[in-house]
Formats: sequence, structure tokens, C-alpha cells
Amino acid sequence: MTTREGPRPYWNPYVAGALLGVVLFAAFFLTGTGLGASGGMARILAAGEDVVAPRHVDQVAVLSDMAGGDTNPLDHWIVPLTLGTLLGGLVSALYHGRARVETQKGPRISVRTRWAFAVAGGVFMGFGARMARGCTSGQALSGGAVLSVGSWAFMFAVFAGGYALAWSVRKLWT
Amino acid sequence: MELAPLPLVALLGKPLAFAVYGLIGVAFGAVLEAAGFANSRKLAAQFYLSDMTVLKVMFTGIVVAMVLVFLTSSLGLLAFDRVYVPPTYLAPAVVGGLIMGVGFILGGFCPGTSLVAVASLKIDGWFFLLGTLGGIALFGETAHLFSDFWYGTYMGRFILPEWLGWSTGATVVAVVVMALGAFAAAEWSERALGGRAPRLPIAVGPLGRPSRLAGAGVLVALSLVLMAMGQPTPERRWQRMAGEHQARIADRAIQMHPGEFVAVATNRQLALNLVDVRDESDYNRFHLVDAERIPLADIEAGRTTKRFLALAPNTVTIVVSNDEARATDAWRWLVAEGVPNVYVLEGGVNGWLTRFAPDGGCDECRPLADATAPADETLRWSFPAARGARYPIADPDHFADRAFLYPAVLEMEVRTPISGGCG
Repeated sequence: MTTREGPRPYWNPYVAGALLGVVLFAAFFLTGTGLGASGGMARILAAGEDVVAPRHVDQVAVLSDMAGGDTNPLDHWIVPLTLGTLLGGLVSALYHGRARVETQKGPRISVRTRWAFAVAGGVFMGFGARMARGCTSGQALSGGAVLSVGSWAFMFAVFAGGYALAWSVRKLWT
Repeated sequence: MELAPLPLVALLGKPLAFAVYGLIGVAFGAVLEAAGFANSRKLAAQFYLSDMTVLKVMFTGIVVAMVLVFLTSSLGLLAFDRVYVPPTYLAPAVVGGLIMGVGFILGGFCPGTSLVAVASLKIDGWFFLLGTLGGIALFGETAHLFSDFWYGTYMGRFILPEWLGWSTGATVVAVVVMALGAFAAAEWSERALGGRAPRLPIAVGPLGRPSRLAGAGVLVALSLVLMAMGQPTPERRWQRMAGEHQARIADRAIQMHPGEFVAVATNRQLALNLVDVRDESDYNRFHLVDAERIPLADIEAGRTTKRFLALAPNTVTIVVSNDEARATDAWRWLVAEGVPNVYVLEGGVNGWLTRFAPDGGCDECRPLADATAPADETLRWSFPAARGARYPIADPDHFADRAFLYPAVLEMEVRTPISGGCG
């Protein structure tokens, strides 16, 4: 974190993609299932809600599936996978000298604006990921690799949604 | 039986299995970070066509994993039937995807990439994660308002080859070619538009044109190989496992005594999947209660595999024919297709009737020939009318309180259903 020589460059996208494919294949081969991220977040969140408001969790269908009654929402393989993703991200960021406290934003907006849009975008993303039963990792990447029809439709929808709005919000990024 | 996917929890115990998932996660997170996916500007640039890293990394990942999955399946190393395929709920997938696209361009991340942004201390990543948790919670609280929509347009496990009516291999080749086309377009777009937008300081890396072409060549070659090999048919799968299973037929380890069948059929903890592989006329004359008639050819062609593999883990599948030979053929195909807990009713329908007809509630049925006739898969009983299962003798419940003495063969293999990462 204290390196001053600046961050090292990112990997070539095709090399990174090929390695990502090997990791995804290893997940399928070893465990029969792919990768994910939003599922782990949902379970960790449900565990939190189960501590604060267990009765409420039992009454909400989506939550009680994960954490109703004695069910432990953390007792699912996606949870160690999600924690591992955090750890792997940290290790790579430290190794490449990119673990530094900063806000990434387009040049034309303030830091506070970026934060506000990050929260707003996150809300859409979290809501949409639960509706689509998976995020870019669980649906697009994992479902795409095993040729799921719904996953491919989902993938095109994500890109369509992003491109449809990109021009109107170009001030955020360019 | 194929080696993989491994029953990881049964094999290693939960703590070690979870450690394997953790390691996969570490590799996943490291690759995402190294690709630059902790950087929201780099991710968002995808939507301004100036930096196509997202498309390149994602599609390379999908294509490489896809080729490896279907290649190992062709080679008989991986049982694709047991690999989790996210079930298709078309409308919520598309609407959820559109909402996520909006979230992506506003927030600059998706859930997976926000994790590595958080890990590398990007403040915008922390705020995004906060919003994502809020969105997930919001969905939990509101899902009941549109649950018909959320559970609608369900198509189950539905893959592109089924939708297109192509072979799996041809579909894989087409996806590879499509991805390579997208990469070419991405390179062009970066050259044409990358100059206009302020480009981030990214190293292109050591991959020159020759290595890119070589990588593309390897992918195309492997996908053509797996297309030529085809995906394993039940017949090929049986040939690979015949040695192991043929002995069980001879050892009478798969033939279930009628008494044990009664015990299984009346056991409320087990679900019975009773399959009758006889001709329609025999079936119409007499069959056991809840028996479903399925032609042997359908089982051989794998037309029942998908449905049988989706049955509850406590299901016992029992195959019935007039004697045992035809049911044993069906047993072979079902075992080759990976269906767990399959047995053959010992003695078949003829044996059942011989055992129970004297006092079992079938005054109308009469034996045709002498009981010592060779088992030739004909129905050796006559019935005055085609009354199917409407005889007391057709119902195992009718014999539930009888005592039987038999060598038990049932050994339940309970497979934990493989779930997705999105639940």
C-alpha cells in the first residue's frame, strides 16, 4: 500500500479471460456448479437480518427460504466462495500495488456525486440481480458457459440496459 | 460413471469442501482484480466503446470454460447432466438484466466486481456495495408484490442446443465463432473510438497479434474436436461402465423382491417412480398402481433422462416388465444416464400375479399356461377386460400388512441436489 512506484499494469484481457475460464471450469468440474457473487451477498445480508429481526425473516418468503427458522443462511457454498473472492481481490491488489484508498470517477463530477450514483447504481444492481436470480457472475458467466437460454437472454439484457442509458449519463464517466 | 462433478461434501466433509469453494473464490477474485475489474472507470468505458475489456474478459472466460466443460463431457470425464445449469425464467431474467444494466452504468460495478473494488479499498466500491445490499433487501421486501411475474415464464433446465435444435457441438462452435467476431469488432472499436475518449493508463500486455491468433485457433480446433466426438450417448456411457455394473445384474443385486417393493411403495419417506416398459395393450390390461408406461426406446434415446434426474433425492425408480429381461434393459440405460437408485421388480408382472393372485383380490384374472413356461416377456395371465390398475391386486398398499422374507437390495444413494450460486 505504501509503494510509490505506482500500480502495475492490468493483465491483458484475453489472458485474464482465459484464466477466468479455467477457474470457472475448475468450479464446474470440482463442484458441479459455477461462480457467483450476489447470492453470497444476499445470504450474508439475510444472516444480518436474521439477527436483528428473526420474526420478520420468517415471514418474508425470499428471506425465509435462506434463513427461516433454524436454517443458517451462511451454510451454503456460495458464502466461502464470496469471502474467497474478497480475499483474492485483496491479495491481487496488494501484489499489484493497487490497494489504495481512492474514489474512481469521471473527470467532470465531484467525489460526492460519484458516491451518490454508486449507491443508486448499487440499489438497481442488487434489486435486478435478485430478480434475475443471479448477477453477472452467476447468470451471465456461469450460465453462459453451460449454454443456459435464460442466462444468454439475461446477458444481452444487461448490455442493452447499459448501452441504452450510457449516452444520457455520459457526464458521469467521460 | 463419470468422475466429475465430484460429490465434494461427501468426499471431504463440509469444512474441507468449503475450503475448496473458498480457494475457487480466491482465484476468481484475483483474476477479476488483475483484469482491472476493481476499476469502475474501466468497467464503465465498455459502454462508451473506448475500452472493451469487460466484453473481452467475459466472453473469453465463457468460451474457454464452455469448451472445457463440453470437451471433458465428450471424453466421458464430466457428467454434464449433473452440472448445474441455471434454470430459465425468461421474463424476470430479461427485466432483471435491464435493471442491472441501468445499475451498471450508474454505479460502475456489478456485484462480483464490487467485491474486488471493496477489497482493494475503492471508496466508490464500498458505496456501491452498500447500495447493492439495499437493493437486495428491497427485493426481499417487495418480491411478494410481483411473485407471479417472478415465478412465471419458467422453462426449467433449457440450453441453447435444445432451443436451436442443433447438436451441442455445433452450438459450441457457433458460440466460439461469435465470440471471435465480437473480439475483432472490439479491437476495431477500441482503435476507432479509444482515441477520442480519455483513455485510462492500461498496459496492453504482452499478447501480440500472433499469440491472439494462436489462442483463437486453439479454441476453434478444440470446439471442432468436441463437435466431431459428439456428446456421450447412453450406449457409449454404458460401454464405459458395463464392467462395473454387469456383475450386479448377475449377483441379483438390482432385482427387488415384491415384498421389498411393497415396503418401498408404502414407505412415506421415499418417493416411488414406477416405470412400466411393456406394450400398451399389456399395460391396459393390467398394471401396478401409479406405474407410468414409457416405451423402452424413449429410455434408450435419453428422452426421460432430464425428467428423472430432476426428481427428488429420496426417489426410488423401479422398472417393471412382464418378466425381467426388458426391465433389465431399461435399467442399463437408466444407470448409464446417471439416474440414481434404479431397481427391477423381481419376477415382473407375471411374478407379481403368480404370487398374489390366489388370495390377492383378482378373481377375474387367470393364468394362461402352466407356470413353468419360460420367461419370454409375454403376459401369461388373462383378464376379462382392460381395467389397468383397477384391481385390488394392482395396489401395493393392499399387501402392506403382510410379512415377507426377502434379501433386501435397496441402498439409497442420496445425492445432494447441486444448487446455483444465486439462491
